[in-house]
Amino acid sequence: MAERKLLLDSTLDSVEVAETAVLTAAEEIGFGEDDLHQLGMAVRESMVNAVVHGNRYNARKKVHVSVTKGADRLTIVIADEGDGFDPDAIPDPLAEENILRQSGRGLLLIRAFVDEFQVLKGEPRGTEVRMVKYLAKAS
Amino acid sequence: MSVKMSNRQVGDVTVVDATGRITLGEGATVFRDTIRDLAAKGSKKILVNLGEVSYIDSSGIGEMVSSFTTVTNHGGQLKLLGLNKRVKDLLQITKLYTVFEVFDDEASAVRSFA
Repeated sequence: MAERKLLLDSTLDSVEVAETAVLTAAEEIGFGEDDLHQLGMAVRESMVNAVVHGNRYNARKKVHVSVTKGADRLTIVIADEGDGFDPDAIPDPLAEENILRQSGRGLLLIRAFVDEFQVLKGEPRGTEVRMVKYLAKAS
Repeated sequence: MSVKMSNRQVGDVTVVDATGRITLGEGATVFRDTIRDLAAKGSKKILVNLGEVSYIDSSGIGEMVSSFTTVTNHGGQLKLLGLNKRVKDLLQITKLYTVFEVFDDEASAVRSFA
């Protein structure tokens, strides 16, 4: 399996860099247009979380991105160097009392657009997000 | 390309035409500020035309929700027009289809304002 690693600054420009790297890999293994759009959104939301909430734009902290091409899947890992967080502590954006909240929908969208999604404690610190999207089988 | 916003009047409805991407940073900010300015100046019937919007992320969705709240709090109505399939999917995933009235044609949208 071919893996590509990126070490990115905690800036919004890095979101574009990561998105481009993931979509390039995804195209290479044959993802279609709709899946590419969904992957792009999932990566964008994860990167924004890492830059804005994890590393808080701290120039001394990096975002670690790994993209691994498999025969039938793409695996993406995005890790920040922040203080870590508990995804269960995020208010449910689908709950009636939260529907009109301005923020808090990022994880919901990521989960909707990939097949596997894990939030792990980073080592030695921070948060690591692992996403897998499978190539749809040809019918 | 960040979002570009312009507006026009169709009767007493302000139609806001958005083009580009409504994402974290400039796009979402421009969107929010445009709607807030209209609401502050007294626009009570605002139809946001998203027909030329290619991409919205969760920040963009957040500013749409915030704008809806702002207009509603000013005693007005904000509705959406011309969503492509991907934006419609976002509204489904986030259950915001239960919040926003969405239209596919402008004439019907304009008529729907009380």
